[in-house]
Amino acid sequence: MSRPTPYTIVIGLEVHVQLLTRTKLFCGCSTQFGLPPNSATCPVCIGMPGVLPVMNRAAFELALKAALALQCNIAPFTKWDRKNYYYPDLPKNYQISQYDLPFSTGGGLEIMTPQGPKWIGLIRVHLEEDAGKLLHDETGRGGDSLVDLNRAGTPLLEIVSKPDMNSPEEAKAYLEELRLLLREIGVSDCEMQEGSLRVDANVNIRIPPEHAGGRKPLPGRQYVATPIVEIKNLNSFRAVERAIAYETQRQFEEFQESGKQLGEVSKATAGWDDVQGVTVVQRRKEEASDYRYFPEPDLVPVEVDQAWLDRIRATLPELPAARRKRFESQLGLSAYDARVLVGQGLAFADYFEKVARECGDAKAASNWCSNQVLAVLNERKISIQDFPLAPEALADLIIRVKKHNINAQRAREVFGIMLQTGETADGIIKRLGLDVSFDAEELRELVKKSIAANAKAVADVKAGKQKAMDALVGFVMRETKGKAPTDEVRRLMNEELAKV
Amino acid sequence: MQLIERTAAELRALMAQGEVNAVQITEAFLQAIRAREPQVQAFLHVDESDALAQATAIDQKRKHGWQLGPLAGIPVAIKDVLCTKGQVTTCGSRILENFVPPYDAHVITRLREADAVLIGKTNMDEFAMGSSTENSAFKTTRNPWDLERIPGGSSGGSAAAVAACEAPLAVGSDTGGSIRQPASLCGIVGMKPTYGRVSRFGLVAFASSLDQIGPFSHDVTDCALLLEVIAGHDKRDSTSVYRPVPPYSRTVNTPVKPLTIGLPREFFDEGLDPEVNACVQEALKVYRGLGANIKEVSLPHSRYAVAVYYIVATAEASSNLARYDGVHYGYRAPDFDSMIHMYSRSRGLGFGKEVKRRIMLGTYALSSGYYDAYYLKALKVRRLIKEDFDRAFAECDVLMGPTSPTPAFRVGEKAENPLAMYLSDIYTISCNLAGIAGISIPCGFTKAGLPVGLQILAGPFEEEKLLRVARMHEAQTDWHLRRPRL
Amino acid sequence: MALTGDQVRWVAHLARLELTEEEFQLFTGQLTRIVDFIDQLQQLNTEGVEPLAHALPIHNVFRPDEPAPSLSVDEALANAPARKGDFYSVPAVLD
Ligand SMILES: [Zn+2]
Repeated sequence: MSRPTPYTIVIGLEVHVQLLTRTKLFCGCSTQFGLPPNSATCPVCIGMPGVLPVMNRAAFELALKAALALQCNIAPFTKWDRKNYYYPDLPKNYQISQYDLPFSTGGGLEIMTPQGPKWIGLIRVHLEEDAGKLLHDETGRGGDSLVDLNRAGTPLLEIVSKPDMNSPEEAKAYLEELRLLLREIGVSDCEMQEGSLRVDANVNIRIPPEHAGGRKPLPGRQYVATPIVEIKNLNSFRAVERAIAYETQRQFEEFQESGKQLGEVSKATAGWDDVQGVTVVQRRKEEASDYRYFPEPDLVPVEVDQAWLDRIRATLPELPAARRKRFESQLGLSAYDARVLVGQGLAFADYFEKVARECGDAKAASNWCSNQVLAVLNERKISIQDFPLAPEALADLIIRVKKHNINAQRAREVFGIMLQTGETADGIIKRLGLDVSFDAEELRELVKKSIAANAKAVADVKAGKQKAMDALVGFVMRETKGKAPTDEVRRLMNEELAKV
Repeated sequence: MQLIERTAAELRALMAQGEVNAVQITEAFLQAIRAREPQVQAFLHVDESDALAQATAIDQKRKHGWQLGPLAGIPVAIKDVLCTKGQVTTCGSRILENFVPPYDAHVITRLREADAVLIGKTNMDEFAMGSSTENSAFKTTRNPWDLERIPGGSSGGSAAAVAACEAPLAVGSDTGGSIRQPASLCGIVGMKPTYGRVSRFGLVAFASSLDQIGPFSHDVTDCALLLEVIAGHDKRDSTSVYRPVPPYSRTVNTPVKPLTIGLPREFFDEGLDPEVNACVQEALKVYRGLGANIKEVSLPHSRYAVAVYYIVATAEASSNLARYDGVHYGYRAPDFDSMIHMYSRSRGLGFGKEVKRRIMLGTYALSSGYYDAYYLKALKVRRLIKEDFDRAFAECDVLMGPTSPTPAFRVGEKAENPLAMYLSDIYTISCNLAGIAGISIPCGFTKAGLPVGLQILAGPFEEEKLLRVARMHEAQTDWHLRRPRL
Repeated sequence: MALTGDQVRWVAHLARLELTEEEFQLFTGQLTRIVDFIDQLQQLNTEGVEPLAHALPIHNVFRPDEPAPSLSVDEALANAPARKGDFYSVPAVLD
């Protein structure tokens, strides 16, 4: 949790994700990550004279799919525009993007905050092409920069949120929820390390007049707003959180000195230095960028009708938000459990559902999945697809643990052996003799026996030394070769001690 | 008549009869090029051995009785705006002086498949920006009818090559009249097809929403033949239309009856040279004699066409030409002190004046604060211009008028006055803005012996009708048989 | 409306064109005359008129998401004015 601040943080995020197509947006070159430099280019993505773009249908449909999942309004008519600027990784010196008629507007997604669920709205989602990569001379001697155009022309979705987030944690929650959604619907793999998810954060703060050091809000505002800074080069969710936290405090301090408010100076761009943990504000560009947008004459507009949208909608899996609600209402899970399970992704939640269905106890299935299974996945750094136990096997274990009243520690032992040897729960339980069931009376007799045989311990417990309880319970466990359910033994022991 | 003065259709017949073979024809034209180029200067590159190798291969095919394409053994000159794989493609610019495309333009592929002999790349105004071919970075092409005069532009090299009998056919590109105007000034046939009829893949872009590739020839039959080869859908061009190509060369001799011709009164305004007007009136007489119904129509917004054109075309060009920056291909200036300086110096030195002027104008029209007043306004007027045509074609089969307000002017005459040069496209520009089809055919000569062209316009994808109407006039006259004395 | 020297310089900067002093003088005058000429459009009332960017009403043109051969690195870089290894080389770019 962040410290309470005398100001409100306002955050809007611009997220770029690469779409999971085989080929680029306008040509048949591969979008695979990590190919040798300049080995996946052609005249179209090099922007050679006379070549023309032709839109990849799969890219457009993935974009539609994402927008539908984000509950955006899909425009019935959309077109492409050129954004003109010079940069050596942009071969045509214009980027084919969308300006005044993006294919979707509005929409949003719900995140969980300590205060409860919160809706983060979107301004727009649009489709555009990526630029290539520029490698700078790292020696600092000002040597030439190198251009690799493999990435040039890769399809990108730009998702622009409203400034609806008010803390670094909310920004992170939004990004996590967005990533989960886009992965689940197969639109993007959202790998930040490979650049398939990139984040720019627009950040400023609102200071109530009583903390504004005598500065009055500009007309029409109840508060003092600082100029917006766009933080770029955020390469992890952790960096997003840290950068926002740092930048907002920096803005507060800067405001104390400069008194400059939003609207009095132009928007600035900042880089994030992950090592130093600081934002580095670049010179404010007084000469605003002039991108000279105009309609891309080499591409034709796209009209989207209801039938097409219905077809795309039919390919959407159950979305995380809906699934959480169903886990709560249908399976009786808590909101927290539902969030943990769904948050692990589509395959994990599927796995859980199978276990729950097979064992008939959703709560137990949830506990097993979000504790033991998840721990193994994290420890082995594998995904659920590579988890050695089939959901049926885990369900079987859960059923037997219940049937034989096996205690939690022994159950985890069985689980561990199943993982190691691939044996069935049934076989292991039999081998360990855990299938013996004790009826309550049998156990109660053993408990009485323990009380009779351990007068000292009984006296200690009576004197308030709870530690002595272990000796009494241990006696029963020894008698049963460790097969008795500890919790049950403790319960009975308390009952019988009360009578002494 | 000499071999080089023949039409493609005649040469085809001669080859079919075994009178002559492709190598002999190619040699004849190469000979003409050698003899006439010092005066005409139509070509930028001619690779004699490559041309002869193509011709030899075609003769071999014929000898073996293999299937031959419709242009088998016919030399075709190519405007240097079309990319040819493995051969320098300069677009008339220093900035592309050494550029070798690793791909053929779609039209080039079509010509190769038709067994044409690609005889050379022709001169042009740099990046097709100009109306005289004086803006080439490399040479000034002369009008074969009067070597003191310009051949028109921007496809002046292609037009002059055909007029000078250095090739029977040529291809050019037309953004605002760059095929029709030089065809008119050189006394040959030149056509701009409907936008989308011919794939632009591999055509170095000037103004993408206006550019279209089209044929040059001595007569309408040859024009039909060449159009048939280059037209048709191409999946690499999103704006290329999926629509069958009619067999133009088979229907070209069928007159259009009844025929209603519209005369836009704006095409006969002040500024039209009286001698040009007289030739056009003679042509109209021919049509009247053939029973055509001729009526006056109005294209009220055509007076704004030049202004709209010089905003739309330069805006698109400013973006299309941004890629020539000295990074991935093309000219890089030798001395610079930063990345931005490298860009601006390479472009400053690599582009000629007219190109820079138009990039400046287009950048200005798109820049923040001016976009609505210029670019957006121009797109709105563009719609009004198109709607004028829609109304006219609702009551007429074709529209007719002069192609160019004057015959060929002298070299250097308008070089210092870009606006005067722009106004020489006044009758051709609106056709590109509306995306319709247009043709220029020879319809007479001035007293000084300069050719005059008749422009005929038809609605979208009405090329077949356009060719048939053009052929009606041609069948009654002999202007298309004249050849300059060189 | 006359273009000012500052406007011409700004446009030249946006377009990345280094102009000689002679070109700068020439273009300032010529562009002013051309802009005066195209200003005639302002006389025309275009209220309610939809802009026309494409002459033909074509829409929804796509290609399938199928790989096509790329150029080899050498083919791709064959026209590069400056090459370093398998990269295009440019003067140092300062972010
Ligand atoms: Zn490519």
